[in-house]
Amino acid sequence: MTPSAIPRRAVLAGLGGLAAAAPGWAAGTVTLPLPGGPDTRDLTTAFPGKGSMILQRTRPPLLETPFDVFDQGVFTPNDRFYVRWHWASIPTDIDANAFRLTVRGHVDRALSLSLDAIAQLPRFEIAAVNQCSGNSRGLFEPRVPGAQWANGSMGNARWTGVRLKDVLDRAGVKAGAVQVRFSGLDEPVVDDAPDFKKSLDLDHARDGEVMLAYAMNGEPLPLLNGFPLRLVVPGWYSTYWVKMLSDIEVLDKLDDQYWMKTAYRIPDVPGANIKPGQTGFKTVPINRMVPRSFVTNLQDGATVAAGAPVAVRGIAFGGDCGVKTVEISSDGGATWTPARLGADAGPYSFRRFEGSLPALSAGSHALKVRCTNTNGLAQPMDPVWNGAGFMQNGVETVSLHVA
Amino acid sequence: MSTARTVCLLAGLALTPAAALATPAPEPMRFTSQRVELPSSDRTFPDGPGAEAVNNNCLACHSAGMVLTQPKLSRAQWTETVNKMVHIYKAPVDPADIQAIVDYLAAMKP
Repeated sequence: MTPSAIPRRAVLAGLGGLAAAAPGWAAGTVTLPLPGGPDTRDLTTAFPGKGSMILQRTRPPLLETPFDVFDQGVFTPNDRFYVRWHWASIPTDIDANAFRLTVRGHVDRALSLSLDAIAQLPRFEIAAVNQCSGNSRGLFEPRVPGAQWANGSMGNARWTGVRLKDVLDRAGVKAGAVQVRFSGLDEPVVDDAPDFKKSLDLDHARDGEVMLAYAMNGEPLPLLNGFPLRLVVPGWYSTYWVKMLSDIEVLDKLDDQYWMKTAYRIPDVPGANIKPGQTGFKTVPINRMVPRSFVTNLQDGATVAAGAPVAVRGIAFGGDCGVKTVEISSDGGATWTPARLGADAGPYSFRRFEGSLPALSAGSHALKVRCTNTNGLAQPMDPVWNGAGFMQNGVETVSLHVA
Repeated sequence: MSTARTVCLLAGLALTPAAALATPAPEPMRFTSQRVELPSSDRTFPDGPGAEAVNNNCLACHSAGMVLTQPKLSRAQWTETVNKMVHIYKAPVDPADIQAIVDYLAAMKP
């Protein structure tokens, strides 16, 4: 450490809220399959409300879910649910009685709602996958800058709270409203930097599925997942799921601030899939998720016995609708066999699948798994690429060594 | 007190099947304040030409891990990133340090 770094870092603790000593720091390491590296990450148990997580960044926290968690069930435990914050000024002390959600802008009545007042509205519950726009970014080739996630910046929970529509109706949306903007309690650590805000079109905001969650998997939200309130936008990428939601602003024109106009944009082409170096495409705000599926009981490079069937198990989700089929292939995608689908927890949830590969001959085999959603959209055989590392959903391959 | 309330909430929610979405909850959600401490990072950038500039300018907004987990990126990519930090995210970077920062980042060997 350089001597001149000392005063700066003394300042840091003040900027970032409470800076604690870090017990539980050395909980081991994990190797992620990031092409060209660096591929080693610490496992950490040092974060409040969290068990063992892959440390991608300490401040502001980026914590990835270790992939074996996804083999344990379709609902991701709160203490293993991934964490992603943009700005390091995160409130660490939230008074449930003093907290207020404001609803303002192009409405008949501005509101300031306590948590108890929100809980008086009709309760709504939905199972939905929350997936970072950049999930799997670290696996892109060629590599792209940004948080270098493997496949674990996603999770599935049963979200409990109230419909956004019911909250907006209480405020009375005025004619001429076009979008609704959401902001949380987190703030930039430097002046004039763009506060994190996201917007949805009014019709989407009032569709009766977009909701304000005060619980996930039957428990209060962990602070790092957005306590006390989080916007839930089923079927859409997590960038819209604003954490520590404290402000709802109804707009009478399209939101043109940085986080909508410049950041989180995708190429306006199918699957957001372009070639490295390609230019001349229009961009749009990232929006609906696309289907994905993952084998969870066999790791890449696993050795399995020759001459006996191989059990395959995993999770799939349709993106912005349900799962129609999951197919598995043991010959690199030449032939496919449907997998059995597990219980249906709703169109936005993870869904378990199970299948069996026929007895394989000794040697190397490529196991592939492909989800087609109820809108008929199938995962592409080849990986998606774009410069921001968004919307990866190419068919996953697990190399099996059969001996 | 808060423990008992949490148990009540857990039981109430766990027994709420999807089919009961529209029915009023038997007991409203009770909220308990949360206070946590977030860990800090004392990690700094490894020695090398420009390390001091990086340590002095890049750690106000994020810990070093954000940078040290990046893949090998070109000088053009690092220049774009540093410019984004300065001009969009308003990082308080001394203009005299920008070249040294880009040089350091572009020379990193992941």
